[in-house]
Amino acid sequence: MNGLGSIGFGHMLQGFNSALRCIPVWLVYLVGTVPAFLYFWLGISNQLGPNPISDLEHLLGTLALQLLIAGLCITPLRQFANLNLIKFRRAIGLLAFFYVFLHLLVWLVLDVGQTSQIIKDIIKRPYITIGMLSFLGMVPLVITSNNISVRRLGSKWRVLHRITYAVCLLGGLHFVMLRKGFQLEPLIYLSLVVVLIILRVNWKRVRQGLSGNTA
Amino acid sequence: MAYRWSASLKERDVTDEHLFINRRNLLSGLSGVGLSVLMAEPAFSKTLEPNAWEDITEYNNYYEFGTGKEDPAKFAKRLTTKPWSVKIDGLVDRPGFYAFEDILSKMQIEERIYRFRCVEAWSMVVPWNGFELADLLDLAGVQSNARFVAFETLYRPSEMRGQNTRVLDWPYVEGLRMDEAMHPLTMMATGIYGRDIPNQNGAPLRLVVPWKYGFKSIKSIVKITLMERQPPTSWNKANAREYGFYSNVNPEVDHPRWSQASERKLGGGLFAKREPTMKFNGYENEVSMLYKGMNLRKHF
Repeated sequence: MNGLGSIGFGHMLQGFNSALRCIPVWLVYLVGTVPAFLYFWLGISNQLGPNPISDLEHLLGTLALQLLIAGLCITPLRQFANLNLIKFRRAIGLLAFFYVFLHLLVWLVLDVGQTSQIIKDIIKRPYITIGMLSFLGMVPLVITSNNISVRRLGSKWRVLHRITYAVCLLGGLHFVMLRKGFQLEPLIYLSLVVVLIILRVNWKRVRQGLSGNTA
Repeated sequence: MAYRWSASLKERDVTDEHLFINRRNLLSGLSGVGLSVLMAEPAFSKTLEPNAWEDITEYNNYYEFGTGKEDPAKFAKRLTTKPWSVKIDGLVDRPGFYAFEDILSKMQIEERIYRFRCVEAWSMVVPWNGFELADLLDLAGVQSNARFVAFETLYRPSEMRGQNTRVLDWPYVEGLRMDEAMHPLTMMATGIYGRDIPNQNGAPLRLVVPWKYGFKSIKSIVKITLMERQPPTSWNKANAREYGFYSNVNPEVDHPRWSQASERKLGGGLFAKREPTMKFNGYENEVSMLYKGMNLRKHF
């Protein structure tokens, strides 16, 4: 039964993987930008409740974090579940940046609005400093998210893109720090980030260790 | 001691903008003939328009029902508020359980339109109905050595789902100094817009201290204790660096993580600008003497 089950699952996975191959990446970009329009439309049409600016910030920020976490999931999914989503990783990463950027923009323009206060906040408020660092960390990643850069940078590209881990950790920390008290929701995000990073770091070593033992 | 305080504006005055403007004109025209007292406080002569019922009842911080702003409106319906009694004990002449109906029958309910400023830098204007805390305390007879009042919210995890998580040390507790508690602005609210106060706003009775950050205005009170020493307060216990015992609204003293210099009034839409926060939330003339000589940076 187990054997049959796993064969069935393997088949399903194979079918799933080939189905995924048929999905064009541009579709991910297209679908990925829909929430941005939806959120702004909800805000403008007064459907975000009594504090729409804060809600918009929160919606954009959590979606960015979700996308960052989705990006972190790609490799473990391939390693542990044989699910190949690598084709979409760049799109997911760039969409994450898009939402971080919108999140920042809403904070700058709609929320604070005064340049002097913005600068004060970035320097004085640790959770904002951390959020800004996370954003800045994404900039070189976005600039090098194209085939030319991947080719030019070669092995350096992989090293550079390890900044992703820092970006995700800072993003998760930013969320935990801005809430009153230790709340569950941001802690779930941060622990997901931590678990996924640990998974990335340890897996190779564990595998190497195992293969070393069996050989 | 009802009607010891009145704002220059009542709800009925601001529901119709044209009427409101006419009334302002009338008042300024007559200000020399005795009505000027109504306009004595500049903060009140500005438009103090109450927020919509939806703003007030669907955007709440009441962690007993969850940390999301919509959680209280969603989950507070389950709370049973009948029967309800308040235990008043400590340094009082007549300690005991006071049934909510008995309290109501002895109190004169009046309307108070107050600014409400959350420590999270948003604000609204609420037309409360209720009575002065001083009147309730007089029922129990405060003894002369009482210096503080401690309050406690109901602890009932079966109906208050948020109490199953440890986001705060339950039950929620708050406290006031005796002079703050006896101040005519300090009230116990039992209604909003003339209707019974909804569960998510702290039914059946809650404290309202308009010159302090919202979390001081403890909800669904079951216990009031008069005491000699300063009582512990929930947010101070959770994070003493960020939340002091006094927690007076003060634009000059920032929260460690955000500025308190400005606030966003709820209901203004996506393009509403922040407004400057007023010291003591605009009630400086009424309450600043309570803190004379105190370093408000130290006693935040």
